[in-house]
Amino acid sequence: MHTLLEMRSITKTFPGVKALDTVNLKVAEGEIHALVGENGAGKSTLMKVLSGVYPHGSYEGEIFYDGAEARFGGIADSEAKGVIIIHQELALVPLLSIAENLFLGNECAKGGVMNWPETFRRTEGLLKKVGLSESPATLVDKLGVGKQQLVEIAKALAKDVRLLILDEPTAALSESDSQALLDLMLELKAQGVTSIIISHKLNEVRRVADSITVLRDGSAVSTMSAATGEITEDRIVRDMVGRDMSARYPERDRKAGDMLMEVDGWNVFHAEHADRQVIHDIAFNVRAGEVVGIAGLMGAGRTELAMSLFGKSYGQNISGQVKLHGKPVDTSSVTKAIKAGLAYVTEDRKELGLILDETILRNTTLANLADVSSGGIINEAEETKVSERYRKAMNIRTPSVFQRVVNLSGGNQQKVVLSKWLFAGPEVLILDEPTRGIDVGAKYEIYGIINDLSAQGKGVVMISSEMPELLGMCDRIYVMNEGRFVGELTAAEASQERIMSLIVTE
Amino acid sequence: MSEAQGSQGKGLGQYLMAHIRDFGLLFALIAIMVFFQIVTDGTLMRPVNITNLFLQNSYIIIMALGMLIVIVGGHIDLSVGSVMGFIGALAAVMIVQWEMPVSLTIAVCLVFGTIIGAAQGYWVAYWKIPSFIVTLAGMLVFRGASLWLLEGQSVGPFPRSFQALSTGFIPDVFGIDRPNGTALAVGLIAALAIVYMGLRKRAQNKAYGIEDEPSGLFWGRNIIIVGAMLFVFYKLSTFRGLPNVLVTMGILTIIYAFITERTTIGRRVYALGGNEKAAKLSGIPTERLTFLTFVNMGFLAAMAGLIFAARLNTATPKAGFAVELDVIAAVFIGGASMSGGVGKIVGAVVGAFIMGVLNNGMSIMGIGIDYQQVIKGLVLLAAVIFDVYNKQKQG
Repeated sequence: MHTLLEMRSITKTFPGVKALDTVNLKVAEGEIHALVGENGAGKSTLMKVLSGVYPHGSYEGEIFYDGAEARFGGIADSEAKGVIIIHQELALVPLLSIAENLFLGNECAKGGVMNWPETFRRTEGLLKKVGLSESPATLVDKLGVGKQQLVEIAKALAKDVRLLILDEPTAALSESDSQALLDLMLELKAQGVTSIIISHKLNEVRRVADSITVLRDGSAVSTMSAATGEITEDRIVRDMVGRDMSARYPERDRKAGDMLMEVDGWNVFHAEHADRQVIHDIAFNVRAGEVVGIAGLMGAGRTELAMSLFGKSYGQNISGQVKLHGKPVDTSSVTKAIKAGLAYVTEDRKELGLILDETILRNTTLANLADVSSGGIINEAEETKVSERYRKAMNIRTPSVFQRVVNLSGGNQQKVVLSKWLFAGPEVLILDEPTRGIDVGAKYEIYGIINDLSAQGKGVVMISSEMPELLGMCDRIYVMNEGRFVGELTAAEASQERIMSLIVTE
Repeated sequence: MSEAQGSQGKGLGQYLMAHIRDFGLLFALIAIMVFFQIVTDGTLMRPVNITNLFLQNSYIIIMALGMLIVIVGGHIDLSVGSVMGFIGALAAVMIVQWEMPVSLTIAVCLVFGTIIGAAQGYWVAYWKIPSFIVTLAGMLVFRGASLWLLEGQSVGPFPRSFQALSTGFIPDVFGIDRPNGTALAVGLIAALAIVYMGLRKRAQNKAYGIEDEPSGLFWGRNIIIVGAMLFVFYKLSTFRGLPNVLVTMGILTIIYAFITERTTIGRRVYALGGNEKAAKLSGIPTERLTFLTFVNMGFLAAMAGLIFAARLNTATPKAGFAVELDVIAAVFIGGASMSGGVGKIVGAVVGAFIMGVLNNGMSIMGIGIDYQQVIKGLVLLAAVIFDVYNKQKQG
């Protein structure tokens, strides 16, 4: 078969990280090629290299497209050649109509004056192709996510797509919408469009893909072809997680104490779409001194669960019960949740965790100003003492607590967020991706801090996309998928394969 | 980041660069004063003119205190000029037409202003309606309301006791009268207090190992400030002494500087403006706090309205017209950031003085109102460009 795309020894480095390491990828014309791997394996990075988001020159290696070497300087270059990427976050303008969105930047116009009849006529044709019966004048805002995804594909078709790249297209879709989308992919294939699909859902991949490339830690570890019958879920899972456990986790004396927190019948609906339930009837518990993990892929609803528990910071129509020490507690606002003994360390420390322009000192005491003030007047000496104490305890590497946090490294910033929450004196800490975006050394230190907390009898709930981290740190792991807990494993039972198969077989 | 290194014993130049905004503002004020002192042949710093400067700008400065807090919290209040005019009109109608006692009128007006602030803050804080729109509506509403209240006429004059709010002077307790002993004593005490607090801060910095201002710079700066203060207070003492409004203004400035820098509520306003989501997730009641910043603004606008009416000795339907723009300009010249979270009370006050001296100096020179507006606009733009440029340079 004719090879449409060949990426040869692609290496892409970011400051401090090698995101891609001599990756080879070959895609035949007219096939659906699946790219699978864990979060952070390098799938999206590879596709950004291909589509020119990272322009030629910012990576090493060569791309051959349609028989010639391609040097894309930007998205416009790759789109001109018919390479269209649809990102996880949809790039539609919500308050414009479908027709306006389809031809955004590519308008049917003469001398800058829109040709509306032509626009609408072509839109109708494209919508029919993707199986949408909406009027071209419908605002995108009024469509569900599934239909928006189809509009994105129609937009790609409007640009004469030859190679369509879909980055986790079904992550936010319901079962029936996903099926419709996969059917559409097969139909496009019949029309000669080549596709690359990034997905976590192995059942979907197996359904549509002609060949699969597995990425792990920035390298392509295997390529399988459906024609030869090598594709099995077992093999994909093994290749996805098959890294050896070289990362080390500090030892901890594991002994769970009394029951600390119990959550029961927890239901949450989407913050904007009241009819979409994102958390379904979840129950879990944490004992004193226990580190409990929540495993799952992106979009499984882990952050939504954590934030809804912490003062209803996410979602609406929240129902369910939270008990601490066997007594029901009120966690309906952040202030009450903190008072009840909860703390939530966000996955997004820059947006939700820190006041970047403020100093370490001011960030450290923010959630508990009451303890460094009397009568509403801040005792600056006491405040300095407290934040200095945390700076030393956490080993935040700065000369003083008067540095602004914006200038700190990711690891140091994360330690400031942790300082803030430790100073608030919680009994249960929910840590959402506590080691995301920080280097190995700082990770190890954070693990040490988590172990200290558990030794002090606190309960820790750890959300992480890195499975080795959960396996290395947790006493128990709950596995979450699509808003539900689909399994609970003890440390002894848990393995990457078991977690992954619980997720993908759902 | 050069700042992040924080090593001791850095050069004077480097320290100046790191704190260029604070020094720049002060030097700008001094430079402008010296400039006008020269071009007006010394008229600017005549005792009577210095006294006038305070009287003319008091209401701007008082509102700038509230506006700084609103802007630090991430919002803006366009209605303050109209509210100020409306409260002045209310006071005039109550005292002159209804013949109500002065003290009761003052109390009612302050409460009324606070309620106006609350009414606007409610929509901004709890309904998340952009403050720009809510207060733009307020600006129109209260401009109309004062027209209606005054029936299009000017109402006045006020009794002496009300005028004293603005044009009264503190009597000389020492009985010297000229030069006024009270003014000299207050000036001296204030100057010593500034030096004392500076020294205390220095000692604290040393104790915590914070990068310190080179001592030459510290003393140089303090000598200039103390010198300028003693000079101003001496000039005041040779005229009629301390104006009441200067005392009001000084006390309010100290109170608000304290609130913003030393109290939990002040700290939380900065956090709110710096990153509202993070503040909320840290257990800060962001809605209530936003609401309170507007309540406070309404109170201060009312106070400014009373002082303004007392100074003019009459309430006119045009009072307060476009004053909100001067107030907002003063806050931005003083270094506050449009996006919130950054700004200081002292900066806003100095910013207001810069605008005031510009106004006053240009009027003495006989520059037309047309050029005055252009120059003031350019000064505002230059100050903000200077801010942005510095921020970019620091990365």
